[in-house]
Amino acid sequence: MDTTAHHGKVEARPPASAPRLTLSGISKSFPGVRALYNVSLALYPGQVTALIGENGAGKSTLVKIMTGIYQPDSGEIGIDGQATTLPSAHAAFGHGITAIHQETVLFDDLSVAENIFLGHAPRTRFGTIDWRTMRRQAREVLETMRAGHIDADARLKDLGIANKHLVAVARAMSIDARIVIMDEPTAALSMKEIEELFLLVEFLKSEGKAVLFISHKFDEIYRIADRYTVFRDGEMVGEGLLKDTGQNEIVRMMVGRNVDHIFPQREPKIGAPVLSVSGLSHPTEFDDIGFELRKGEILGFYGLVGAGRSEVMQAIAGITRTSRGAISLDGQSIAPKSAADSIEAGIVYVPEERGKQGVVIGLPIFQNVSLPSLSRTSKSGVLRLAEEFSLARSYTERLDLRASSLSQDVGTLSGGNQQKVVIAKWLATAPKVIILDEPTKGIDIGSKAAVHGFMAELVAQGLSVIMVSSELPEILGMSDRVVVMREGRIAATYDNKGLDAETLVRTAAGIVA
Amino acid sequence: MKGFLKYREIWLLAGIVVLIGLISTRFPGFADPANLRQVFNDTSILMILALGQMVVILTRSIDLSMASNLCFTGMVVAMLNAAHPAIPIPVLIVIALAVGLVLGAINGFLVWRLNIPSIVVTLGTLTIYRGATFVVSGGAWVNADQMSPAFINFQRTAFLGLPVLSWIAIIVIALFFLVMTRTAIGRSIYAIGVNPTASVYAGIDVGRTRFIVFCISGMIGGLAGYLWISRYVIASVEVANGYELNIIAACVIGGISIAGGIGSVGGAVLGALFLGIISNALPVINISPFWQMAISGSAIILAVVLNARGERRQGRIILRKAEAA
Repeated sequence: MDTTAHHGKVEARPPASAPRLTLSGISKSFPGVRALYNVSLALYPGQVTALIGENGAGKSTLVKIMTGIYQPDSGEIGIDGQATTLPSAHAAFGHGITAIHQETVLFDDLSVAENIFLGHAPRTRFGTIDWRTMRRQAREVLETMRAGHIDADARLKDLGIANKHLVAVARAMSIDARIVIMDEPTAALSMKEIEELFLLVEFLKSEGKAVLFISHKFDEIYRIADRYTVFRDGEMVGEGLLKDTGQNEIVRMMVGRNVDHIFPQREPKIGAPVLSVSGLSHPTEFDDIGFELRKGEILGFYGLVGAGRSEVMQAIAGITRTSRGAISLDGQSIAPKSAADSIEAGIVYVPEERGKQGVVIGLPIFQNVSLPSLSRTSKSGVLRLAEEFSLARSYTERLDLRASSLSQDVGTLSGGNQQKVVIAKWLATAPKVIILDEPTKGIDIGSKAAVHGFMAELVAQGLSVIMVSSELPEILGMSDRVVVMREGRIAATYDNKGLDAETLVRTAAGIVA
Repeated sequence: MKGFLKYREIWLLAGIVVLIGLISTRFPGFADPANLRQVFNDTSILMILALGQMVVILTRSIDLSMASNLCFTGMVVAMLNAAHPAIPIPVLIVIALAVGLVLGAINGFLVWRLNIPSIVVTLGTLTIYRGATFVVSGGAWVNADQMSPAFINFQRTAFLGLPVLSWIAIIVIALFFLVMTRTAIGRSIYAIGVNPTASVYAGIDVGRTRFIVFCISGMIGGLAGYLWISRYVIASVEVANGYELNIIAACVIGGISIAGGIGSVGGAVLGALFLGIISNALPVINISPFWQMAISGSAIILAVVLNARGERRQGRIILRKAEAA
């Protein structure tokens, strides 16, 4: 395959004709969260537009609106200059809009040809599926994409992720898609596969498709995209041609913001190291992680999604195994083999996904709080309910939990109160180190402030906190020091004195200043 | 959730009362205390088995091998009794518990260590344990005349107005109630059924807990093996063939969610009683066995619909929050 023609920077395209898709004034809110406010976006045929923004900037919501999954609260959608609506995924499909996701949404146990033609397979005159034609057309589509190496009869699950992307694109081609959305398509790909994907994007451009390319990685964006649109906190803050705009300028657009939230004032009393980690490695997720956490300190962990922060924390919490490295707590070397070991040693991990990993919906509040402490609230396996209740009461009161009774099902609480139950349950184990993974993700401003206030109180009492967060204001507002991870390694560690958001974003994205 | 569960059990209890009332209109003696005690005694084995199955289902697993375990263990104790009539009955019960425990532990080990879905493991052992019964017995039966009088009469002995079989059921119910509401393992069983991931983070060993529940259901299967054989006084390869479905039906009618995490001791007991009344009482009032099947089947579907409604209500709450996140 001749790749030389595609190397280097994308040459300037002829001036765009009319945009193929326009979104204007789009707003979308969920209970307690404003996901998008008055945003606009235009996609041009034969051009790639990069959608750039921090986590939570509203990119995914926009994709869901464009693919008919969510309905905007207000705003207009135009296709080829005609105002339209996308009331369902089917309607978006009918307009030739197709999305290729991080993990492609295809059917693992069907063949490549079936995946390409599912829902619009060629028929024989008896109305049955014309397998021969289907296979032939599948091969043709794959060949026009220069993906003839993919066997149309192979099971999809036997293909690598890059080839699955190719199949997804082939599907888009077969339905004559005119607008292709690629939502972080490179997140799970190797360097070589990324190169192949770029060739594919070039192919889509040459076919006159309008492409929306969502990525965190600046090198990719500058390599492949023609235009950019930057989102911040659900609003569109900038757009233009990439050849006219430097990386630093885009970083400034991403992070510049008004402070809408006051963080608690603290006077940190930082003591001796409590937790020290060195050379911690995992075969596939992270490598050579080393850091120290000191008494009374909040250590922020910043990075892009997929940088390996949660994976490191899960290893320290005994949930995943490591291949190498050492962890010591108060000078004692520990090797947690299970979450129970870590809890016993005094390290607790408050996971990111509250619903899936945190609260046990269906159990009452007090049982949720005591769950990791069952060995302490029971004697020879028999629970002492009075102790369980008093444990639950003392911690939920400290967190100002709003509930009518501790016997109430935790599922009936609001998101913020559920988060308080999760934190109460971990505090009840009397930990030395508490690891909070995205502690305020998806909760309202008031609950955020409560969680932040509580973190400040914890460290004031001599606990040590690791806070994994993708929200820059939270990282800058709460941390004493910040560790930045990139691609499974520690990229830098900063003292949070005069630290600015741009430095963090540049470090996380690997941009040399 | 607790409130809703109670609500559902009360409805099941009301259903049973209505059923008893309806039967009484055709068969006036049915609601007599003496007869109700008889119905309880007749249903004891199913209640015990349903409790063993319940703990397994609560952890999002299933034990299809309980009836085969019952058959195998029953054959082992019957043959032991035939060969050595001097072995005291309490010792035989301990042997039955131990044999059942071993069979249950095999299931649990396969589920835990080899990570095979429990429906596959126990579908396999369902056949294996019944086949093993044939191997140990050589296909022969153990008849009433080969069993010692003590073996047969133990469960029939009256004690404080109830047969020993009923007392065993009451003790097992009480034990399960205590384990499920007052012990760490009971709490863990519910937690991993509702949310296995969160349980892992809370330091609960999900695999080990599943192993334990299979040990429990195995022991229950073994105990029921002795009780069944000494009740129906015949041990053969055909004993309790297909009965695993009755056990699961009792659980489902009792409001135990097949999806795990939801269910109570009271529900399992009432579910078993409901089935017991239908199968024991309806023939007496000349209702055809086909109607019995239709009533049991309808009860299962009704129970599942009620379960599903309870669970859907939760699902919607989660979804709205997931979208907002």
